[in-house]
Amino acid sequence: MSADVQLNDVWIRFGDFVAARDVNIHIQEGEFFSFLGPSGCGKTTLLRAVSGFLDPSEGQVLIGGKDMAGIGPNKRPTALIFQNLALFPLMTVWENIAFSLEVKGIGKEERRKKANELLELIALPDQGEKMVNELSGGQKQRVAIARALAAEPDVLLLDEPLSALDLKLRQHMRTELRAIQQRVGITFIYITHDQGEALTMSDHVAVMSQGVIQQVADGSTIYDHPETAFVASFVGENNMFSGKITEVSEEYAVVETPSGMLRARRTKGKGGSLHRGDEAFVFIRPESLKFVNGSAFDNRVNANIKQQEFEGSFWQVFFDVEGNNRTVKLSMVNDGSTLPHEVGDRVELGFSADVAIATPAGELAAE
Amino acid sequence: MGFWQDFFRKNGKALGLFLLGSVACWMLLMIILPQLFMLDFSFRTNVPPPLWGTEAHGYTFEHYRYMIYGSAQSTESYNFVDLSVFGRTILTAIFVTLIDVALCYPVAYYLAHVATGGWPRLMVMALIVPFWVNELLRAFAFKIMFGSTGIINNFLVAIGILDQPFDFIRNSVALYSGLSYAYILLMIFPIYNAVESLDKNQIEAARDLGSPWWRIHWRVVIPHAKPGITSGCTMVFMLTAGALAAPQILGGPSSLWFTQIIYQAFNQAGNWARGSAYAIILLATCIIFVLCVMKIFKVKLGEIAR
Repeated sequence: MSADVQLNDVWIRFGDFVAARDVNIHIQEGEFFSFLGPSGCGKTTLLRAVSGFLDPSEGQVLIGGKDMAGIGPNKRPTALIFQNLALFPLMTVWENIAFSLEVKGIGKEERRKKANELLELIALPDQGEKMVNELSGGQKQRVAIARALAAEPDVLLLDEPLSALDLKLRQHMRTELRAIQQRVGITFIYITHDQGEALTMSDHVAVMSQGVIQQVADGSTIYDHPETAFVASFVGENNMFSGKITEVSEEYAVVETPSGMLRARRTKGKGGSLHRGDEAFVFIRPESLKFVNGSAFDNRVNANIKQQEFEGSFWQVFFDVEGNNRTVKLSMVNDGSTLPHEVGDRVELGFSADVAIATPAGELAAE
Repeated sequence: MGFWQDFFRKNGKALGLFLLGSVACWMLLMIILPQLFMLDFSFRTNVPPPLWGTEAHGYTFEHYRYMIYGSAQSTESYNFVDLSVFGRTILTAIFVTLIDVALCYPVAYYLAHVATGGWPRLMVMALIVPFWVNELLRAFAFKIMFGSTGIINNFLVAIGILDQPFDFIRNSVALYSGLSYAYILLMIFPIYNAVESLDKNQIEAARDLGSPWWRIHWRVVIPHAKPGITSGCTMVFMLTAGALAAPQILGGPSSLWFTQIIYQAFNQAGNWARGSAYAIILLATCIIFVLCVMKIFKVKLGEIAR
């Protein structure tokens, strides 16, 4: 069984502090949905509202179309995987996994059988008799997943469960989590501040900042078509120019910046209101920025090369750009040819309007 | 030898010697010597002090024998008086210990995981401050409260639950209450320390997995707090079984406490030997009992000391 989750006009307040501000999200049945945002943005609070550990100050949480108001965490069709896993250290691995069955009053033999099936699923057969603390970090991780799945939830909630693992294991567990989700077919709601995790695993990502949902979309839309300045600056790397709008059309906006007039695709939807004279930002990704070699570009800026870094498959080139006090970065694939310029050279950089994004000026992600 | 070298390097010679010396003095003078002296005394015939060390002051089992069979002139086959007082003391101590666990576990859990803000501190103060009052005064306060014209009887009569005052003292209610209260802090704090170290997420995880509150306690909180509970039980049981003031003041006319018999042997009968023998019996019984309980609940001595 799987269920959809709806958050309708959800506000969560702690005294004067607003942890979630007018959140409206519909998470589809059976999808892998991530909340992505810096720490303190309210994503864990939202997860606790879904799992039932706190009630929203206003608004509704619906799971499978049913209003969850007044229903405690032990009665909801959700299971939560905690950031520190919260396995029970005084129980064996199989008792941990079978805890939810014990709660339901299922006999020991059947519990054991079900635990063994789940141990099989998480590729830890014959480890049931061990104590939790005898397992490695990755194994504990999988036991936590099995324990949650044993409760046969309609929705699995994951609160940054990979953050305690080292990089290699984390990347491995990403693939594994995604595989498990597809096998069991239930809705996963995943909380993370790691955009790599969010973008690789999710069907949809909600980017969050200061209690506000900035954008909900699939990974590539989030990356290629950010709707707000925050999303553009938080997800991936982006160079930014700020200025005033001089011209707006259906698809494009022209922004007058100290570095020159820049033409870019304009944001729609949430960040849609762009008008002549408004403060605006233009974002251009490092991989979309090019050296001008006689070819035509919509936008050109003058720059001095400050530094060049070799990163194996990429070259990263850093510039001081006239009229922009932020360092601008260009990355180019290392195709075996040498770099066209040297540090200190004065060059012209160009980019097409279609790969740049103009957003209303607004909150930026912390660097 | 590495330990001692480290010890002296860290503390210096003078301080190191002082620390070692003071601990050794404490152990020797306050604990080991008196107990050895008592043990020795309990196996000697009861003679007046001028004869101590003479031939008349020889070794004998008569005091231990007396505890079981009574005096040789007695018509009874066993010393029913002392044995029943001893049995009742131990049973009551067990009962009081269980009452304290039942009272203190919820309070400790509340302090550690439920109360927020300034409440825990205020509650701890409220628990500690009454213990600034002398133990005897507290016992007398209980006696007054539970007396036939005490506040409790007056209240119960006034609201009509009782027709006439109930004799709390004769029925040992005052004694049980006084003893339960006397060592309650020694139960609350070990349990509090143990419960407090439990990760809140584990409680939430159990709840999230569908567990009702009682199963969370049974399967997660109590197993975690077991060393603390055992530690509290050990102390409360030992101290209750060895209590003197509360039974003396709050006990009914017919309910004698074993420590009172020991007290009488020393101070009224002038029979130090028998008093020593009885004290050793009480101590040995308590230690054996506690070790058995620890064995049953699979708690190690080291865990209790944590």
